[in-house]
Amino acid sequence: MAYSDKVMDHYENPRNVGSFEKGDDSVGTGMVGAPACGDVMKLQIKVDEDGVISDARFKTYGCGSAIASSSLLTEWVKGKTLQEATEIKNTDIAEELALPPVKVHCSVLAEDAVKAAIADYQAKHHGESGKKEKE
Amino acid sequence: MLTQDYFELFGVEPGFEVDAERLMHRYRELQKVLHPDRYVNASDQERHLAMQQAAQVNDGYQTLKDPLSRARYLLTQRGIEEAPEQATIRDVDFLEEQMELRETLAEIRSDADPQGSIFHFLAALNAKEKAYISQLSAAFAEADEAALNEAGALVQRLRFVRRLQQEAEAIEEELL
Repeated sequence: MAYSDKVMDHYENPRNVGSFEKGDDSVGTGMVGAPACGDVMKLQIKVDEDGVISDARFKTYGCGSAIASSSLLTEWVKGKTLQEATEIKNTDIAEELALPPVKVHCSVLAEDAVKAAIADYQAKHHGESGKKEKE
Repeated sequence: MLTQDYFELFGVEPGFEVDAERLMHRYRELQKVLHPDRYVNASDQERHLAMQQAAQVNDGYQTLKDPLSRARYLLTQRGIEEAPEQATIRDVDFLEEQMELRETLAEIRSDADPQGSIFHFLAALNAKEKAYISQLSAAFAEADEAALNEAGALVQRLRFVRRLQQEAEAIEEELL
């Protein structure tokens, strides 16, 4: 299958590969998998005191499109509030990477991963999130 | 017309445990009956119908022969809708285990004895597959709604294991 230049770029030079300490209070971890293709994706966000995502890491085992989707997303979430980050849609990712229809599910996986990471962070900060997050 | 129900088609008890010998025997019988050689002098319509039926018999055999596709077929028959292909799972413990297995596999080529390592990796994976299949069998034997939902979750896990097996087998081939 022919990958777009942007997918190739992220695939060959993935941004923000790696991981943060899972137990760290400022870290949210999202772990998702797609049974249809067997892809596994871990996406982590580091959130500062103002509720802004200061850094992100990912580790993905899957096809080029899944790797590119998660790599792109780690770039996009940096500097965003948690609220802004939840608003990223898989269609934005698919459009940016020019994913063909059969690979759109890879962008769904990435969107779910960031949502899971945010949910994990919020679960850790249950009860205090109101004053920490920017509206 | 042939029956649409694969279990009926092959004359085996509907359920997760199938009589493999009977299944293969009936498959060969049907193949013989529908063989194109028997339709040389038949009308176009009859030949066409036999071809369609032969294709259906092949599909049915492949579906019932493999435990994973048999489980998926049974779940659909029992009215458990399969999750859409885009659906993702968030079972953290299971996914973390998958991630670790992927990491091991990715580094296996640089092991001191990669052939030995891939052999053991595949053996462990096959044992895992077997364990999931016997759990599936237990869930289908139970057959209440909770057990069928559990079977659905097991089917999803088995799909990840199958994918890993394919990748590990490709590496094994490469190392031979």
